[in-house]
Order: sequence, then structure tokens, then C-alpha cells
Amino acid sequence: MTVRDRLAARREPTAGWWERAGVWVAPAALIAIVLLSFGIGKYPISPAEFADAIVTWITGQPSEIDRTIQTVLWQVRLPRVLAGLVVGAALAAAGATYQGLFRNPLVSPDILGVSAGASLGAVLGIFLSLPVLAIQALAFAGGLAAVALVYVIGSAMRERDPILVLVLAGVAIGALLAACLSLLKVLADPYNQLPAITYWLLGSLAAVTRGDLLSILPALVIGVIPLVLLRWRMNLMTLGDEEARALGVDTTKLRCVFIAAATLMTAAAVSITGVIGWIGLLIPHIARMLVGPDFGRLLPAAVMLGGGYLVGVDVVARSMVQIEIPLGILTAALGAPFFLYLLATARKGWQ
Amino acid sequence: MTLAATDLAFGYRGVAVGRGVSLSLRTGEVLCLLGPNGGGKTTLLKTLLGLIPAHAGSITLDGRDLARFSRAELARRVGYVPQAHAAFFPFTVREVVLMGRAARVGLFSAPGARDRDVAYRVLDVLGITHLADRAYTQISGGERQMTLIARALAQEPEILVMDEPTANLDFGNQARVLERIDSLSSSGLAILLSTHDPDHAFACADSVALLHGGGLIAAGPPRETLTADTLKRLYGIDVTVSYLSEIGRHVCTPSLNRFNRGETA
Repeated sequence: MTVRDRLAARREPTAGWWERAGVWVAPAALIAIVLLSFGIGKYPISPAEFADAIVTWITGQPSEIDRTIQTVLWQVRLPRVLAGLVVGAALAAAGATYQGLFRNPLVSPDILGVSAGASLGAVLGIFLSLPVLAIQALAFAGGLAAVALVYVIGSAMRERDPILVLVLAGVAIGALLAACLSLLKVLADPYNQLPAITYWLLGSLAAVTRGDLLSILPALVIGVIPLVLLRWRMNLMTLGDEEARALGVDTTKLRCVFIAAATLMTAAAVSITGVIGWIGLLIPHIARMLVGPDFGRLLPAAVMLGGGYLVGVDVVARSMVQIEIPLGILTAALGAPFFLYLLATARKGWQ
Repeated sequence: MTLAATDLAFGYRGVAVGRGVSLSLRTGEVLCLLGPNGGGKTTLLKTLLGLIPAHAGSITLDGRDLARFSRAELARRVGYVPQAHAAFFPFTVREVVLMGRAARVGLFSAPGARDRDVAYRVLDVLGITHLADRAYTQISGGERQMTLIARALAQEPEILVMDEPTANLDFGNQARVLERIDSLSSSGLAILLSTHDPDHAFACADSVALLHGGGLIAAGPPRETLTADTLKRLYGIDVTVSYLSEIGRHVCTPSLNRFNRGETA
């Protein structure tokens, strides 16, 4: 091989403007949406006031701007924006992982029953009139327990394709949990508990506190570390069990690690916000169209887009009409048509 | 290097597919596995790759039991070319070939400069460098088959196991793949392949093994093993085997004009 050949081998793919621009879409959208989200709401804050508030915060100088602006910005908007970023990012990262693992771009983080389990846990907590912290803990535990159950059942039936068995076990357990959930809804007090249950099942960032955020942060960090470290191995998992093993990959162990990581992140996110659908399905899909299927690039793109998307949806939720619209309604109302549009037009993301 | 199976029984969990199979493969040799649909070819190949455990008998690689190799150790010595398939995600051909380096890349690493050199070299050897930046999902079946061969070569194996590498390929691409098999074995690889066309065995194999109903009905050099009689037993049809002086080798083809339904069984 000549020197020129070697250079050619190293040269990056000759990308069109779309590919080169695609890498910058996610970070640009993220920054724009976050800046916007600080300004928009019941109490509008102008860019100048926002800049002033930041300068004040950095320099520690006595402020010339309104105290109310400071309170709205740091006490109300900041936790909410951070929660949107963190939860959206976690759901998108989990979705990207599950889609690769199950070799299907239509898979969402719910596929193994994490949302169904978390919902049942939270609804049980509401039904028993437990304090908020206990409801969150039950949701988190319920999500993990549901996936663990699916995984154990899937591993017990080893003679079949392990991926297919997991998906089918997930569907069955999910249906079972949904039945239990429906039972609790029927039994719940229709004036106090049922609205709370419905509200939780549609998701919201309104009630998220700084304490909530801090409490789920360890789970999110523990979940994302294996995804970052094993980013190239994730590509191999998309080949399917047998091919990946033939290439020397210990798929059983890796699959367990990936499922545990994605489940941990989803359960933690859902436990403080309630179920927010569509992000884990839609965002990895868009990310793949922008940066391609390589998980090393897909993961950061999905994380940025997911965070930005949820913050953006939350802005709409709190500013469109007088009352807050639950996020689950908006993510589905925005996500489903957009997804159909993608199905009809895009062919770069998958075949 | 020797891959040897002795009195092998194989199958999936709870389902026996074949038994009593013994064969061996040495460096520079091409072994062609022939047999009708459902005869157990793919199951046998997967067993020899260590992807499914043997029911009985032994498989050894250089005298060491296959089950005692780790997945990564095995992948560094045995390359696997599955049947060309539709992919789910649009990885580029370069990325797909780099995946062949999995057993030589650290658990937390991505492929490095040396791995990219190897990937480029195997693309060059197979004459498909022009495909490097194309999406695997958007190339033809023949190009996919070549990409999968490149991926297996990127494993830098001593043995190449190919499951029907000519299936679903057009006439020209079948011949191109057979030519590659020939040149790869001359470069010192041991190759084990399965095919539906006994003529391919004449074209590229040093020895053949005829698998029928889970057992070997004959094995040996193609010219002695592939006769009208054995092919009739294998496929249940009349086959003409004849020497073609223009190309200097034997060929075989179904003798359709003498085909008689009453004799199939």
C-alpha cells in the first residue's frame, strides 16, 4: 500500500453539505431553545433583562434589575429547564440504546415495560395516598422491577432468538401491568386520586424541584457511563446476536449491561416527571438522520436533541393556554405527525 | 492450522439435526459442504463456529477443544461470512468492515489507525474500495456479500466459514465470489463454505462433504465424490457430470431431459 493509499484510507467520508451541517444542528438547536425557554412564560423576560441577570449572577454586584425577574429566572425557570434537559436527554439516550439493541428504529424505551412498571408503582403510591417521595420511589422501583422480570423470563427461554423473546415477554408483562393499572384506576377515588393518576400518566415538569433533580442524578450518571464507554460495542450489537458473537462479542453480558443502563435512566427520569412518551422513539430517529447510525456520534446528538426537545415542548406547555397542558399530550400531538412525515420522506435513517 | 470435527452430533436445544459427522480442514484447503434444503448445512456451520454447542462428539482447533476458546479468541482465528442480508441501520461499508476488528479492539475502545489500515487493505484486496463510503443499506446484494467477506477478512482469521456465499447472487457475481474464494485460499486461508450448486464445488473446492438428513453420505475430492450416483442420492434428481475440455475441469448440471418424477424419493 502506497502512502497515498494510506492517506485515502484515513480520510473522512466525503460528506455533502447536509452531512457536514447535520453535526451542528443538535447543539445549535439546544442552545437556541434553552435561551428562548428562559424568556418565555407567564412572566416574559426580555433578552436584555436575561443578560443583566446573568451578569449580576457572575459578578455578584448588587442588582439593578427587578427582584421578581431574579426569582422567576433562578427559582422557577432554571429548575424546570434543567429538569427538561436532563429528562429529555435520558429518555432519548435510552431510546437510542434500545433501538440499536433491538435492531428496530420503531422501538421506544417502553418496549421492555419500564414505563408500565413505573406507572403501576406511582399509581399504587397515589392510590395509597403516600407522600410524593414515596410515589417517586415506587415509580422508580416499579420500572426496574418490570424490566428485571422481563429479562429473567427472556433468559429462561434461551432456545429461541434472545432478542425476540425479550420483546415478546415485554409485550406480555406490559399488558399484565396495564391491567393492574386499570384496576387501580377503577378502584381509585374519582375526585381526588383519579385526576392525580391521570395527570401523572401524562407527565409534567411543573412539580419538579431541585431536590428531585439531585435525587435522580446519580442514577442517570451511572446509566450513561456504560453507554459512553461501550459506544463502539453498541454498533456491533445492532448486527444481531449470532453475527455479533461470531465477531467475538460477548453479547449476553453486553446486552444485560445496556438494558440495565437504559432502564436505570428511563426509570429515574419517569419517576419525577411521570410518563412522557414519544421522545425516546422520535429523537434517536432524528439524531440518526443528522449524524448517522454510529453510536459514538448518535448518543451525544440524541442527548442534545432530546434535552432541547423536551425543554421546547415544556415552553409550549406552559405558555400556549391559561392552564398547563400535560407533556404527554403535546409530545404525542407534535411527535406523531412529525414521525409520519419522516416515514413518508426520509430514507437516510433506516431501511 | 487444523479444524477437525469427530463423530459430531449437532442441532438446536432439544432438536437433533445431525449426527456422526467427521471432517477436517487444513490451511490452504477449500472444503465445500453440499446438501439439500433442510439437510443441516447451516446448523453444522454454526456448530463448527461455536455459535451453538455440539450435542456430542468433538470439535478441535489445532487439537484444542473449541468450547475452551473464548468468543474473542475464536473470532481472531475463524471468520464468519453470513448470508448477505438486509441491514437495519445505514452504516457505511467502511464501518461494517471495521466491525470485523471487534475481537482485536479493547472493550472500551473504538478501532484505531491500524484497524483502519487493515480495513482499507481488505477492501483493496477484494477490489471494493469504491464502496467504502456507501451505506450498506443502499448497495446491491453482490456488493453486500463482498462487504461481509471483507468484514470477515478484517478479523485476520486463519479459517473463513461462509454460509452459501453465492446464494441470491446473479450469474456474474456468483462467478466473482468463486474467483475470490480461489485467490483467498491460495493466500493461505482455510475455507469452509456451503453451497446449493455442486458445480461450485468443482470450480473451487479441494474436497466436498455431502450432507443429507443430518449425516454425511460421502466426502472426499470433488472428482471422486461428486458422481451422478451420489448427486442423485443427495438431491433425488438425475445429474450429468462431465469433463469440459475448454475450461479444463468437470462440470455438472441436472439432466432435465431425462427427469422422471416417479424416481424421486
